[in-house]
Amino acid sequence: MDERPRLSLHVPEPEVRPGDTPDFSRVVIPRAGSVPRPPVDVDPKEIRDLAYSIIRVLDREGQAVGPWAGTLTDEEVAVGLRHMMTLRAFDARMLTAQRQGKTSFYMQHMGEEAVSCAFRMALEDGDMNFPTYRQAGLLIAGGYPMVDMMNQIFSNEADPLKGRQLPVMYSSKEHGFFSISGNLGTQFVQAVGWAMASAIRNDSRIAVGWIGDGSTAESDFHAALVFASTYRAPVVLNIVNNQWAISTFQGIARGGSGTFAARGLGFGLPALRVDGNDYLAVHAVAKWAVERARRNLGPTLIEHVTYRVGAHSTSDDPSAYRPKTESDAWPLGDPVIRLKNHLIRRGVWSEERHRQAEAEIMDTVIAAQKEAEKHGTLHSGGKPSVRDMFEGVYAEMPPHLRRQRQKAGV
Amino acid sequence: MARMTMIEAIRSAMDVAMGRDERVVVFGEDVGYFGGVFRCTAGLQQKYGRSRCFDTPISELGIVGVAIGMAAYGLKPCVEIQFADYVYPAYDQIVSEAARLRYRSAGQFTCPIVIRMPTGGGIFGGQTHSQSPEALFTHVSGLKVVVPSNPRDAKGLLISAIEDPDPVIFLEPKRLYNGPFDGHHDRPVTPWSKHEAGEVAEGHYTVPLGKAEVRRQGSAVTVLAYGTMVYVAQAAAEERGIDAEIIDLRTLLPLDLDAIATSVQKTGRCVVLHEATLTSGFGAELAALVQEHCFWHLEAPVQRVTGWDTPYPHAQEWDYFPGPRRVGEALVAAMEA
Repeated sequence: MDERPRLSLHVPEPEVRPGDTPDFSRVVIPRAGSVPRPPVDVDPKEIRDLAYSIIRVLDREGQAVGPWAGTLTDEEVAVGLRHMMTLRAFDARMLTAQRQGKTSFYMQHMGEEAVSCAFRMALEDGDMNFPTYRQAGLLIAGGYPMVDMMNQIFSNEADPLKGRQLPVMYSSKEHGFFSISGNLGTQFVQAVGWAMASAIRNDSRIAVGWIGDGSTAESDFHAALVFASTYRAPVVLNIVNNQWAISTFQGIARGGSGTFAARGLGFGLPALRVDGNDYLAVHAVAKWAVERARRNLGPTLIEHVTYRVGAHSTSDDPSAYRPKTESDAWPLGDPVIRLKNHLIRRGVWSEERHRQAEAEIMDTVIAAQKEAEKHGTLHSGGKPSVRDMFEGVYAEMPPHLRRQRQKAGV
Repeated sequence: MARMTMIEAIRSAMDVAMGRDERVVVFGEDVGYFGGVFRCTAGLQQKYGRSRCFDTPISELGIVGVAIGMAAYGLKPCVEIQFADYVYPAYDQIVSEAARLRYRSAGQFTCPIVIRMPTGGGIFGGQTHSQSPEALFTHVSGLKVVVPSNPRDAKGLLISAIEDPDPVIFLEPKRLYNGPFDGHHDRPVTPWSKHEAGEVAEGHYTVPLGKAEVRRQGSAVTVLAYGTMVYVAQAAAEERGIDAEIIDLRTLLPLDLDAIATSVQKTGRCVVLHEATLTSGFGAELAALVQEHCFWHLEAPVQRVTGWDTPYPHAQEWDYFPGPRRVGEALVAAMEA
């Protein structure tokens, strides 16, 4: 008789599902200010524990505490708050516009605004981001016109991408925002290539890669880490862990490694985890990693621990796979409220001013939307030309495309 | 002028391109210090330094992925995939990224990269060193696909590819690296030094992409071929005494349809050749174009002679390879139809 034990497959499951009480007791949250800040030229071997901790600056009372605090002035923080509020208002308007049929699709940032807004403030003009679809804060904080974002979302006659790309897959070379693919993970390794090129040319600009928790399972992630590590590319590699990959909880991609940041340890990379809902912490960690890259000390892997409050996209309904109240239970709070409370505590902001700012910002977003809608929305008004569909496949149109365009009658 | 093998001509092309343009960088597996398993990059690292010619980890996805990022920065990477059979891990980067970057960013970002890879069989390489995957690339909008058949063309086409503003898949028929090969594997190998196309200019010159070349003038039947099959076609035509017009396509995408149509309208017969498998192969595209553009001139069905629809075998290599016997039979069939 075969007495060998029978095998069984382990399939990870989140602790809770719809109808259950949300439970984040497994998320260990260190006290704000408790994680040390190493010098940027630290030997990565010395800071392996940072891959298992969470760097936090804002405490429960809204104070900025610890060695990572103090990278921004109050005025800069106030600007940062406005960026996040703008992104939130922008999302709200565009979600409504999608429901009204003005575009086919939208992806919002609710809960994750600090990650891209704060990171952008640590970069210089000329640096290049290779973003995913949930980093529009890089554009907002980088001064890219909201009207152009909306023109792209509406695929209208003024769409900078000529109607060729799915909504929110922006591109702006001028604003250091590489064309978003929509395929997951592919751009992580391209960011490394851009950084290698900058090093080959003895330039001073750096690249920044972005990827989600789910997409770290793609081979591109591993290729990016291998190349970044081998050639010490001047790149900052960001994993935005918002806990959910559409309906799949982060444990499916993470497996047994404890944290996503820990994936960097085997490559000899400094790997840091940061409170992604803490604007000041994200900025401080970004500044540290950017300085490392700028000083030719090599790449850094950062895991931003955050939570996707909204649906994955307008084609998704999270109530089918997670408790409806889970976002309220998320222990790192809301990035906008936390930064607002900090500024109030600093005595440079108030609830009243916040309400005023909200109203002003919403007016600005609405004005931008009106301007964009003058150029049309997906199904009405001005549209990109059909002729444009055939342009730009190559620098010069080859004969077969000329024949096809002729056949299409445009 | 110098006598060059196809390997030397390809190396010379990269040397010339790197010498003229500092933005040209060359990398891949075993490409740097050692100079490539086929020696195509030998000496380039010594001449241009490690930051312009270097070894990479064994990651085709990584090689192409970083090349795309470098191109977006403004460099002109010319990368080597050690064998075309190994390109598949990079397929997503090529198809979803390199090929579409110009289009989806409305020209803000472009991707002037060259992806070189040895292709085709005839060296007892078995299924992992013999494939001809060109049709997987000709099906992709935004790519250009080149297959040279001799040293002189290889150099001029590779320089054109490196200077091209868009991504180019550059397939090098490895059985032609050291000499023309007509499929008679049991006969002595002819070196390029004894072939007129082995005479190659040492400096800069280009052969334009998208232009075919008539290798043999004829009036009885048009043979459409590229890479190794050009020589197989020549041997078959001579052996059967058929006055075939043999067109070396050189670039598959964009294709020189004018050259094809002009010839088939003249001969009224057409045989299409490739080493790659038959079904959904590039020959299907050629046959379809010929019937679209030459139907009223055709006097016989278009014939295809290709590799069989099996994985590329090892011991049965010469039963698989579409050699001069099978090509000759197709020529006769086209003539007698």
